[in-house]
Amino acid sequence: MTKTEFEPAIPSRPVYGVLHPAVGSAHLFVADGEGAGAVCDALTSAPALKAAAHVIYIPGANGSDHTGALQALGVAQFHRAPSFAAALPRLTKVLADAHMGMQIYAAGTEGLMAQVAAAAQAAGLPYEAVQMEHRGSLARRVQCVHCKGVTENVTLDPFQCSHCGLTLFVRDHFSRRLAAFQGVCIDAEDPGQIPASVERFK
Amino acid sequence: MSVGAPKIPVVVAEVIEVNALIKRFRFVRRDGLAMPVFSGGAHVVVEMDDHGTRRMNPYSLMSAPGDTSGYEISVRRDEAGRGGSLYMHNHVRAGMEMVLSQPVNLFPLDARAKKHLLIAGGIGITPFVAQMAQLEAMGGRFELHYSVRSPALGAYVDHLRGRYGARVHVYHDAFDEKIDLANLLKTQPLGTHVYVCGPKGMIAWVHATARAMGWPDRAVHSEEFLAPPVGLAFDVSLAASGKTITVQPNQSLLEAIEAAGVDAPYLCRGGACGQCETDVLRCEGHIEHNDHWLSDDQKASHTKIMPCVSRFRGAGLVLDR
Ligand code: FES
Repeated sequence: MTKTEFEPAIPSRPVYGVLHPAVGSAHLFVADGEGAGAVCDALTSAPALKAAAHVIYIPGANGSDHTGALQALGVAQFHRAPSFAAALPRLTKVLADAHMGMQIYAAGTEGLMAQVAAAAQAAGLPYEAVQMEHRGSLARRVQCVHCKGVTENVTLDPFQCSHCGLTLFVRDHFSRRLAAFQGVCIDAEDPGQIPASVERFK
Repeated sequence: MSVGAPKIPVVVAEVIEVNALIKRFRFVRRDGLAMPVFSGGAHVVVEMDDHGTRRMNPYSLMSAPGDTSGYEISVRRDEAGRGGSLYMHNHVRAGMEMVLSQPVNLFPLDARAKKHLLIAGGIGITPFVAQMAQLEAMGGRFELHYSVRSPALGAYVDHLRGRYGARVHVYHDAFDEKIDLANLLKTQPLGTHVYVCGPKGMIAWVHATARAMGWPDRAVHSEEFLAPPVGLAFDVSLAASGKTITVQPNQSLLEAIEAAGVDAPYLCRGGACGQCETDVLRCEGHIEHNDHWLSDDQKASHTKIMPCVSRFRGAGLVLDR
């Protein structure tokens, strides 16, 4: 699967580029699902980086798993984690031990990329320091603005909040801090008037 | 016209000769009010009446940001300059009444940084004196690398060493000591931001070295005020106010506009902030763009000018002012 084209939207909606191997003393890649393809493309175009590359990979929620292809790259360090939450302690430790000059790349779903960027910012880096390339599923990570619970892998709009049960309309309004789109109650003014859900984010 | 609050009426409380080239000035308010609190890296524009010529020069504040009893600046004597620093050195005495702008910060610390690496050259030390006081009060992690010509010209070295100890590193040109920048940048923990204030060449060196080592641009901060360059006299038409003025060789376009009684926006008066950006309605000739604000494309298009530092050569220039 190749790079995704996005429709123009409101300014808070992130846009993504293509991973470009950059100069740096170390290279940290974090990818999920189809994002593996972007990592393979980047490292195949710049094989010299492999000796200083660390790849953290999370198979996709939709079942896509490219562990084999990533392992075949022969990078200095490869780590596979079952979920972002499971990978986070490792990511935090790598960031805490790193020096300026390390390049950070994130590829895959928007939720993954945003959480990598948030971790990098918590480590003191500017948002722009993380290169991002969207690949694969458009499923969204959504915060319910009412109960604040986050639901992962939202494909339907509206959808039911997995925490409080309200029916939420998924906005393009995106929070970098929370690494999530915002979901607002769709029938607040006319309770019970709920349009049929459509699969907006595949 | 600067934006925001009214100007600050002050009296010069103290003039101290720091070394052969630098004097420090302390200002307190004439109206008995407290000075506004500022953040480290802020500057004020000092207004001078230099025997009939109005000069307005920006200087970084170096007193402690939370000290509302007065403001301090340091001025380096520039023999080749247009005269602002010479006026401060030769004519300003304790007890004189002067006027300051409100503080404006174009060189703030990024509070999200895990560590602040401060690189100063010569008089570029001044914003860092305030920033270090602020960082010390906040418990922020920092390191200063300060390059001076000689021990005699190392302004505030003893004071800073006394306060901040091993976090202060001093390099003397006279002894061929040079900041080992590549090594310094390589060994910084992730989340470090670097700040540089000093001569043009030093600023360019830090930006270029950091970029070549993979530092994100937004983690590299610099401040360079340009003194308005002198040049040939030229005429300008101000369309909105219906005036045609002549800019003298040692006057900036902004100063000439102000002298004609036309209100024009500014903040830094040094080509850095963007506040004075003005539309060019007609340009028959060549604009000498001296600012750090406009993009190369904007400069080439000759549709915008920064009157605080830029000049013109040619048959006619009409501005929307
Ligand atoms: S006043 Fe700041 S750029 Fe001209």
